[in-house]
Amino acid sequence: MKKNILLLLIFFSLKPYAQENLDGRVFAKEARETIPLIGANVFWLNTQIGTITDEEGKFSLPYLGPEELLILSYIGFKSDTLSIRENRLLIQFLDESDSESLDEVTLTQRRKAIQKSYFEAQNTIYVNSDELLKAACCNLSESFETNPSIDVNFSDALTGTKQIRMLGLTSPYLLITEENIPMVRGASQAYGLSFTPGTWIESIQITKGTGSVVNGFESIAGQINTEIKKPFSDVPFYFNLFTSANGRQEANLQGNWKINDKWSSGLFVHGNQRTEKIDGNGDDFLDVPLAKQINVLNRWQFINTKKGWVGFGTIRLMQDQKQVGALEFNNKNDRGQNRFWGSEINTNRIDASLKIGYVFPEFSFRSFGFQSAYSQHKQEAYYGFRVYDIDHQSLYTNFLYNSIIGNTKNKFKAGLNFSYDRYLETVDTFYFNRSDRSLGSFFEYSYDSLENFTLVAGVRLDIHNRLGTFVTPRLHLRYLPQENTIIRLSLGSGRKAANIFAENQTLFGTNRQINILKNGGSIYGLNPEKAWNYGASIRQIFNLLGSGGDITVDYYITNFIDQVIVDWESEGQILFYNLKGLSRANSFQLSIDYNLSQAMSLRFAYKNYDVKTTYDSGFLQRPLQAQNRFFANFGWESKRNAKQAQWRWDLTCHALGKQRLVSNQRDPAGSYSPAYSLWNSQLTRAFTSKIELYAGIENLGNYKQLSPIIGVEDPFGINFDTAQIYAPIFGRMLYAGLRWNL
Amino acid sequence: MKKLFIIYLLISPFILVAQNKSTEKVSFEVTGNCEMCKKRIEKSALTVKGVKAVNWDIPSNLISIIYNPNKVTLLKIQNTIAQGGHDTPLAKTPDEIYNKLPMCCIYRRTIQ
Repeated sequence: MKKNILLLLIFFSLKPYAQENLDGRVFAKEARETIPLIGANVFWLNTQIGTITDEEGKFSLPYLGPEELLILSYIGFKSDTLSIRENRLLIQFLDESDSESLDEVTLTQRRKAIQKSYFEAQNTIYVNSDELLKAACCNLSESFETNPSIDVNFSDALTGTKQIRMLGLTSPYLLITEENIPMVRGASQAYGLSFTPGTWIESIQITKGTGSVVNGFESIAGQINTEIKKPFSDVPFYFNLFTSANGRQEANLQGNWKINDKWSSGLFVHGNQRTEKIDGNGDDFLDVPLAKQINVLNRWQFINTKKGWVGFGTIRLMQDQKQVGALEFNNKNDRGQNRFWGSEINTNRIDASLKIGYVFPEFSFRSFGFQSAYSQHKQEAYYGFRVYDIDHQSLYTNFLYNSIIGNTKNKFKAGLNFSYDRYLETVDTFYFNRSDRSLGSFFEYSYDSLENFTLVAGVRLDIHNRLGTFVTPRLHLRYLPQENTIIRLSLGSGRKAANIFAENQTLFGTNRQINILKNGGSIYGLNPEKAWNYGASIRQIFNLLGSGGDITVDYYITNFIDQVIVDWESEGQILFYNLKGLSRANSFQLSIDYNLSQAMSLRFAYKNYDVKTTYDSGFLQRPLQAQNRFFANFGWESKRNAKQAQWRWDLTCHALGKQRLVSNQRDPAGSYSPAYSLWNSQLTRAFTSKIELYAGIENLGNYKQLSPIIGVEDPFGINFDTAQIYAPIFGRMLYAGLRWNL
Repeated sequence: MKKLFIIYLLISPFILVAQNKSTEKVSFEVTGNCEMCKKRIEKSALTVKGVKAVNWDIPSNLISIIYNPNKVTLLKIQNTIAQGGHDTPLAKTPDEIYNKLPMCCIYRRTIQ
């Protein structure tokens, strides 16, 4: 039985796995020559493991992992201390020592926390776990605060949920995956991002534009992929505590075990709660929900580098409870009564996935992968007298084959996927029952000139029981006119079935009447959505006053052929109907990254959005969307001393221009929100490389939207609306936490 | 009929996959130093018709090549790499090409 369970829990990742040995070469520069240093000492700090370089300056020693520091030293030269984050070939030049201090230790390599793609055709930003530590970040939805490509907005005045947007479009238009398996979709659209704890995340990849055809046809504005920490490479033990002045406490406990040289396993446990009732604006409604979440993940990793097999099996269970609404609301007695308005949102979710990958040992360019994932997302919720329950079961299977045509300049990926989704929904007194099935096949060709030109062209064919049979083409180009200039172009289409209730759950926090203007379409009587996305970007890497930086300009256009319009324009109701006319989202971004020195980095971004849709009432800017946004981040870190102690500080500013408001009891027709700015800051003290304390302030300037809830005096009346939010509800917020790993 | 056509389209990527040609794997030394050398060596080897995949390892200076022996000879591959600027067991780079290499790629050094 045990064996069966083990077999059941296998899976994969196609990354090349760490070899046992770290190889490298040590040189000195002398005039026009590079001279290998013979007999230089190479050893891991605080260990007995070391070696000396041979007559060609080469060395090879066991790789101990990313947490350890490697020392290179040679008499007459300055010693170097390197943190080797990846086991790859190391080429290091030592500088001649100018003094007698031969044992001076300097940290010369620092991995950037955010990296933009250089070799890939797609416009992708890699965010690693160092960057995620910069924000108060407790879960995935909060981890984009220091990233200019993604805008974080407030979804409603009840749940404190943060909603993300890219290219001016909301998250349903993004493909959000976890280890390349679609994750935040369907039922989990509203709160799904808050169901992945920040401490579980190894890295995030953000791709602007349509992305690859491999993961499906749904991405329109972009893709966000999250990699969860891997038992094989993660620290054996990790512990984190967090507490904030808005009443939230969190605890994370993570352990990883190596069972033998092929098998390893990890168990991650997360819990968070808020038990304190907080009402800072005196409207007798909770500013932040009473909440409780338990989240457990168990995964098994299998690696056999000799035979070329890798596998991953993951199981995850999550239970989340929220209570929002009036301060005096008691969930035991007051449900269904019209004394106090209250709401509870309870979610149970199960995820299981299996991945298997095989790389042909003789032909490393040839490999195949199989992945299969099942999830059940069950939400039961009421909002005053309204009800919204959803039970979404999903099965996703993908088979992928990688190889070459002729030689490795011409690669391709081909595969099949199958997905099945069943939705059972209760919306007030109506029931909706639907199942979606699709079978797709894809082919993606990539050409790399190995010099200055890369092309990725993909096409997929899908047969979907509601969207029909259709072709999805996508194209990405990358061209380097000179060494430090990268030009990228992309174009492609995407489609999706609009889950109107799951994607717009905030409507239940209003007493607006729901009206679907059906036209005989296959999803809630509406037609599926379809759009084309075109983008261009130019990135220039520069060197100014001895420090490196880069400047990126990009422009993306999304044109909807068909769209399900969510129309909040008329008071007392919310309308859903298919697009009649134009709908487009144009986005411009200018961003500058500059490392002032080893210790200081600066990041600026200006963004302009023009998101206009044809509503029944005219061609209008999307409400609650700032057309102009400005972002700045300043980071500083001290040098780590011999004990690895360090200070880190960073400051982030978000400035938002005015946002159009829909007319209602509070906001007269044609009104706009004021422009405002938000400031966040955080200070971290690392005592050693193992223990860190951090403290920070969110919303330093204490900017708040003063009357966030419309019709709060009569929450059962027609005007009650908690969805018209343009700024934070909670003011200045202090938080502190502890991180400890072994 | 339409259904059959769609099924054919669905499986068509795998028809391309199914073909398999004779290949051979070979490894020999190519002298060089750095990432730039690696790029140059791999690029020139891949320009040879019949060469499928190339990987040059910096510390060991060993290149591993997967190629189709019916289409190309080893000598031809080594000549092309040498013309690109890097010495191989069967072919040496002419001095006028070698002298144009950037500083970091100079591998015929004299050390005391």
